[in-house]
Amino acid sequence: MDKFNELVKRDLSLAFRQGMDSLMVVAFFIIAVVLFPFGVGPEPNTLAKIAGGTIWVAALLSSMLSLERLFQTDYEDGSLELLALAPIPLEITVLAKVVAHWLTTGLPLIVTAPLLAVLMQMPTEGFIVLIAALLLGTPTLSLIGAVGAALILGSRRGGVLLSLLVLPLYIPILIFGVSAVDAAIFDQSVRPHLVFLGALLAGSMALTPWASAAALRQALE
Amino acid sequence: MTQFFEPEFKGQDLVCVRGERTVFRGLGFSIAPGGALILIGPNGSGKSSLLRMMAGLLRPAAGRMDWVENGQAEDALEDIDAHGARLHYVGHHDAVKPVLSAAENIGFWAHVRGGGQDGIRDALDVLDIKHLYDVPGRFLSAGQKRRVNLARIIAAPAPLWLLDEPTTALDKATIKRLEGAIQKHRDAGGMVVLSTHAEVNTPGAETLNLADFACKAPLDEHVMV
Amino acid sequence: MHRFANPTRFLKLAAIIQPWVAGITLGLFAIGLYMAFFTAPPDYQQGESVRIMYVHVPSAWMGMFCYAAMAVASAVALVWKHPLADVAGKATAPVGAAFTFLALATGSLWGKPMWGTWWVWDARLTSMLILLFLYIGYMALQGAFDDRARGARASAILALVGVVNLPIIKFSVDWWNTLHQPASVIKMDGPSIHPDMLWPLLIMAVAFKTYYVWILLVRIRQELTANKVRILRLKQVHGG
Repeated sequence: MDKFNELVKRDLSLAFRQGMDSLMVVAFFIIAVVLFPFGVGPEPNTLAKIAGGTIWVAALLSSMLSLERLFQTDYEDGSLELLALAPIPLEITVLAKVVAHWLTTGLPLIVTAPLLAVLMQMPTEGFIVLIAALLLGTPTLSLIGAVGAALILGSRRGGVLLSLLVLPLYIPILIFGVSAVDAAIFDQSVRPHLVFLGALLAGSMALTPWASAAALRQALE
Repeated sequence: MTQFFEPEFKGQDLVCVRGERTVFRGLGFSIAPGGALILIGPNGSGKSSLLRMMAGLLRPAAGRMDWVENGQAEDALEDIDAHGARLHYVGHHDAVKPVLSAAENIGFWAHVRGGGQDGIRDALDVLDIKHLYDVPGRFLSAGQKRRVNLARIIAAPAPLWLLDEPTTALDKATIKRLEGAIQKHRDAGGMVVLSTHAEVNTPGAETLNLADFACKAPLDEHVMV
Repeated sequence: MHRFANPTRFLKLAAIIQPWVAGITLGLFAIGLYMAFFTAPPDYQQGESVRIMYVHVPSAWMGMFCYAAMAVASAVALVWKHPLADVAGKATAPVGAAFTFLALATGSLWGKPMWGTWWVWDARLTSMLILLFLYIGYMALQGAFDDRARGARASAILALVGVVNLPIIKFSVDWWNTLHQPASVIKMDGPSIHPDMLWPLLIMAVAFKTYYVWILLVRIRQELTANKVRILRLKQVHGG
């Protein structure tokens, strides 16, 4: 546990000292959402109808874009080899890196989301559920994305390839995330939707570190 | 100084396949506590691959590696974390983070291996870079980064050192210091495997010529597909 | 296991099997298509357009079957390092993608007379579309590395991740679909189907399967030969 914290701390201090990364993700998130009123028109009813979906799609994309670098720098400067050789199971190392990634990108997205919900005229009933759904959903995005980020190490086309691998796997989270928000707005029970998001989180917590570690090991061979 | 009374490290019948080519085959080695093994051979003969294989990063296509203690052989690759704890690997990259100071860089790796922070200053001193203690990695030259990387392996003791061309970017005086560190490590019962183009003075070291294990067969069964 | 791991032995075996599989496939297609077009009755609601089903449904089945086959081959390749499994997985992917695409295309053609539009976000079609994306990702990852062995290993891991995710995707798409419009789903499952329609459907399904085996054999043989050529080239470059 001590070593786990040390790993998280290292990634956090790297992220903070290199700065900007979190800010850029948030900026992308805002811009991506702001594009929609230009696309569909500023009519409040139209915007309110698509608010939940828009915010979720933008969150998906921002999370994915920031994931490309998750293992990349460590892979390039040789740190990843040393992490693989360190006497910590690689699965734990992956989990620590994902936690750090979520703290630096997922969390800022959640903080920004209510602001965007206001811009998109989302009914206030949806706000709390939007945040809850994002809290349950974005860690899953990071976990699944980590597998993709590990798989593309050393490949010829990184970013585009990552989106091709990861986005189809994000669809269930998108579906349950948006349906939870819609249920709240239409005054239906949000529990089943949130339960599924929680189940997806639990499942991916158990399985994806294993897959990511396998992907990293083969990348280092 | 930590004393190692570790078992021997042995490999036998190792086969290395890289990119659909058998690099070497039937390779064996044995290193006793205090021993040193120098890998020689032309470019592409698999010196780096062998070191990565010893580290457990590269799985051999065939053959095995063991830690042998009192005649008991224990498969090195079975518990990869325990194996990793027994060794230090210095590869082509120095793993120095630009935004962390030399001490933070070394300290992190020491911590991950369960070591304390007290060895850092001494380790930096061994390589004559004490003055770089809190200098961020981005200000370091290639030679200085290499020295930080070497200080890393001195700061947290492990019995087996795997050094892939450790003298790259080092000047003569620093190579002397490295030789001293290697000797001290061996005197304490440590083992060293290194590949190098420059002369590194390691008295009593064995030499392994990888050209002897090159694969000559036109099509061989390990890369049939 | 390693009795068949030897590609030379496999090649000999494949050379014997292949003409038989080809013959069976052509025969089944001839019978199946004849029945589908001439003996099977038109649907009382959909009329003649129901005959698209005899291509659409087997393609959809094969799209899913091929992904499962790919995942099994990937698991075998990763766990036992079976040299043929890699090649089999690689050879299956484009075939599976083609079946999936065929299912989408025929589904769309079928949709036009039924729904009056080329595309409806029907749960089944949507799942097939996502499956097609998974195939494309697999093939893209496989080709993205200079070292072919890396591409094979990475895509094998992806196939396993995908196969775990498929039921979840399927389930969530169904969920999503029931929340929105209850589309007129193509109902072809269940025992209610008339035997006159069931027989051509089953024959076509078997024909598709043997066609897959045939193509798989061709592609594996081709791949093995290409590998041999490449290895000989490499030997020239590296001497020895």
